[in-house]
Amino acid sequence: MDQLTIAGKTYTSRLLVGTGKYKDFAQTRAAIEASGTQIVTVAIRRTNIGQNPNEPNLLDAILPSQYTILPNTAGCYNAEDAVRTLRLARELLDGHSLVKLEVLGDPHTLYPNMVETLAAARTLVKEGFEVMVYTSDDPIIARQLEEIGCVAVMPLASLIGSGMGILNPWNLQIIIDTAGVPVLVDAGVGTASDAAIAMELGCDGVLMNTAIAAAKDPVLMASAMRKAVEAGREAFLAGRMPKKSYSAAPSSPTSGLIAPAKGKAA
Amino acid sequence: MIALTINGERRSFEAPLTVADLIDRLQLADKRLALERNGQIVPRGTYLHERLADGDRLEIVVAVGGG
Repeated sequence: MDQLTIAGKTYTSRLLVGTGKYKDFAQTRAAIEASGTQIVTVAIRRTNIGQNPNEPNLLDAILPSQYTILPNTAGCYNAEDAVRTLRLARELLDGHSLVKLEVLGDPHTLYPNMVETLAAARTLVKEGFEVMVYTSDDPIIARQLEEIGCVAVMPLASLIGSGMGILNPWNLQIIIDTAGVPVLVDAGVGTASDAAIAMELGCDGVLMNTAIAAAKDPVLMASAMRKAVEAGREAFLAGRMPKKSYSAAPSSPTSGLIAPAKGKAA
Repeated sequence: MIALTINGERRSFEAPLTVADLIDRLQLADKRLALERNGQIVPRGTYLHERLADGDRLEIVVAVGGG
């Protein structure tokens, strides 16, 4: 059976989903379930201290016993903060070491700062974390992150939350062709076809959040994304037909045609 | 009395105060959280023994929705 393997663990779903931007925990949960995902990302933030002791907790709605919880470093702009955040996350999640690293360079575009990301990755790998790293689609940096010991590289399709889809399939293809670890598209997926295209190119998985949460019907979009990732993966494994520019090849026989009407050549 | 900075807020408590005491005081006892004291993780297993000092800076975090 076709399965995704990350850091020695196998998953049947190749779709990873974020838990942000939903209306409430009920919608989060419904969308997560409809997506069929097994890995969900969470952010790490200060708790309110004493103002609202009954405030519901995300991990009471999305259970660590049911899903692989992947803490991220969203909002971190330097390596030190990202590392501190993931140390806290590992403590929070009872020692689980599979994490998502992202270090941002700009609050407007949310484009990753790859210099700080490389530095954070080195420290985290040394400390025994299994790092799935959000990266630009620079194939050289993707290779360096793999050489550092990251367990997966996650190049952006386009800007976080932009829904622009895959802007540079060529770079993505180079990364896929040269990577020895799983490659997952992370950021910028907008609709189902974007996810299918990523899988058709040969990605091992797709991570998305806004594409589902900001859809008019997030639960329905989650279902669409599930199918899109599956369809794209099957198309990839099936081996697509070659593209032919400037010529056509009929699908129906060219012999046995009835005699053409008067004036038309056979 | 000891003055602590917790999640950016200054709070004062009567000493002695362990991390476990503080968590009770803040009504966080049932929550899944993690705590950093002066830049170092405080493991859950040490909450009962770890005594807080005047001027300590704490970060107490939980998991929230995110991408």
